[in-house]
Amino acid sequence: MDFRDTAEEASFRDEVRTWFAESLPDELRGHRGGGARFDGPEVRAWSRALYDAGWVGISWPSEFGGRGLSPRFQAIYLEEEARAEAPPHVGVIGLGMAGPTIIAHGTDAQKARYLQPLLSAEEIWCQGFSEPGAGSDLAGVRTAARLEGDRFVLDGQKVWSSYAHIADFCILLTRSDPTSERHEGLTYMVVDMHGPGVEVRPLTQITGEAEFNEIFFANAEVPVENVLGEIGAGWGVAMTTLLHERGTLGFALVARLEVQMRKLLALAADRGASPTQRDAIAREWTQLQALRVTAYRSLTALERTGVPGPEGSILKLQWSEANQRVTALALDLLGPDAQLLPPNGPYGGYWAIQQLRSRGNTIEAGTSEILRSIVAERVLGLPRSR
Amino acid sequence: MDLAFTDLQDELRAQARGFLEATPEPGWDALAELGWTGAGVAEEHGGAGLSFLEEAVIHEEAGRALLHAPLWSTSCVLPFLPAEDQTAVAAGRASWTLAVGPLVPDLDTATHVAVPGGDTVWELVGFERELLPTNDATRPLGVVSGGEPGRALFSSDALPALRSRSLAILALEAVGVGTRALELAVRYVNERTQFGRPIGSYQAVSHPLASAYTELELARSLGWWAAWCVSEDDPQAAVAAAAAAAEAAEAAVATCERAIQAHGGIGFTWEHVLHRLYKRALWIRSWEASPAQLRAEVASHLLDTA
Repeated sequence: MDFRDTAEEASFRDEVRTWFAESLPDELRGHRGGGARFDGPEVRAWSRALYDAGWVGISWPSEFGGRGLSPRFQAIYLEEEARAEAPPHVGVIGLGMAGPTIIAHGTDAQKARYLQPLLSAEEIWCQGFSEPGAGSDLAGVRTAARLEGDRFVLDGQKVWSSYAHIADFCILLTRSDPTSERHEGLTYMVVDMHGPGVEVRPLTQITGEAEFNEIFFANAEVPVENVLGEIGAGWGVAMTTLLHERGTLGFALVARLEVQMRKLLALAADRGASPTQRDAIAREWTQLQALRVTAYRSLTALERTGVPGPEGSILKLQWSEANQRVTALALDLLGPDAQLLPPNGPYGGYWAIQQLRSRGNTIEAGTSEILRSIVAERVLGLPRSR
Repeated sequence: MDLAFTDLQDELRAQARGFLEATPEPGWDALAELGWTGAGVAEEHGGAGLSFLEEAVIHEEAGRALLHAPLWSTSCVLPFLPAEDQTAVAAGRASWTLAVGPLVPDLDTATHVAVPGGDTVWELVGFERELLPTNDATRPLGVVSGGEPGRALFSSDALPALRSRSLAILALEAVGVGTRALELAVRYVNERTQFGRPIGSYQAVSHPLASAYTELELARSLGWWAAWCVSEDDPQAAVAAAAAAAEAAEAAVATCERAIQAHGGIGFTWEHVLHRLYKRALWIRSWEASPAQLRAEVASHLLDTA
């Protein structure tokens, strides 16, 4: 047990830190521009710069354009990226979900076609899983994929799809057998978002920003060679995607919380904190340290055994609730000033937006209720509730 | 960063778990024979020469087993004692407790009492002991009367480091206590049926236990971070130990309370082990400083040192 970086880790961390110090333009530091922050050409250019510098796909196998390094270097990169307040690579869904799923289930042709442009941010991905009638209960998806010759014809609707408004491709979970129920008869496919019959409508969130979208499919056609895995075996492929969503997220989340905490401490120094608020700040700082160590414990288990440790399942659950508490605490420290939006709000209205955005944290990527059930059933071994 | 336990640490844990399950009330000489009393004592002084991390493994297991012996109280002062006293502890001839306030822990079993006075910590000699009735029978409290400073043991400058050791150990003891309470609750709600189903299938029952798991794992992370800081004499040791002790004590208490609730009436009885785990958790939460006081120290570190 050693909480210090090894010489190799320290040198990698130093390399990342130096690169950000030299390469991150001031106007991109802490960059927030509402939902539009994904669209700007500078964000694509920045993502490409990350790729050219070798910071994208750090732990991906080298045969697919990655560096083939241990996940701990990916973790160090994510920590330093957050500390530099650099915008992340725009291909969040591609890097975290579509890419790993294609590596696990894709054909050689699919890997050759999709992976490199995904890393270089030339092509952006979105995810089509949730539907109006299938949220936490994903096995209820009804978007129909009708096989006609060498293509599927799609009809249906997806929702809560981040990045869909700028995406080139979608990883889509469909029901290809209309007589099937639940986990059977599902097919997972790659859909060209620019094809006919695909329509994207942005959804405005409670922050007033539009990060996510509805996607409508009306007789959209998808070639059979775009299926990932086998026809009718989409559930297992979708589980791979969700495993990666919940597996690789931990470090990025902890690093973002670390930045929030730094801002919170600055705010407390600026505005002063009552004894009760000081207690709450100490509690949240303690939680942050605990989350960071827990992320590394899970990583240690992953490297030793090939599977993330059970403690990793609590990271997103705890992070989301911690981020809600931290941002609410910031509002308390600000008093009525917290009501002011940009340009009058203190810190550019940062906390007002962050606190509202945090309410989504316990809903997206697995609600806290679902995550507690996962801990209860898969970690503690309690009987299934349904 | 490598947070894996070594093979030696895993072996120590397995040995401690097995021994304490088979021997609920071991004597100090038995613990010495296992090498636990002198685990951290240098080999040339008759100890095992292990690091604080190996000691910490034993303490977590001792907490889990509600060990009734002055292992924590001795371990707090041990590295600061003169070499011959460390040898006596390693050999099982002596054990220690520190009288920092009027209530002195482990006064029923500790053979020696250390007492701070001015710039020195002394051995207290010629005193009377009185044990007081307390909730946690496995870690009794008492008072000393009369007596006077005997030998000078070590400088009071060591007291902050001693306190960090104490808090880090208590944090891991609390994690051990909470983990056992959670295991009992999980087993019970899997077996107990009502309305025709195991009660653990009801989310009103299972989700509080999932929360307990979550809080305990976070506390475990903090406990090992604090133990590592103490082991390495890291500058963050004091704040890490305070943060860990606050979080772990609260997690252990909350887990025991959820476990009692999950057990229903049987969890509220004297014959069930849960109340003994609960009482140790409450004991730990009460010692040194309340979680709120410890967090005030953390807040001071974060906000007042700029």
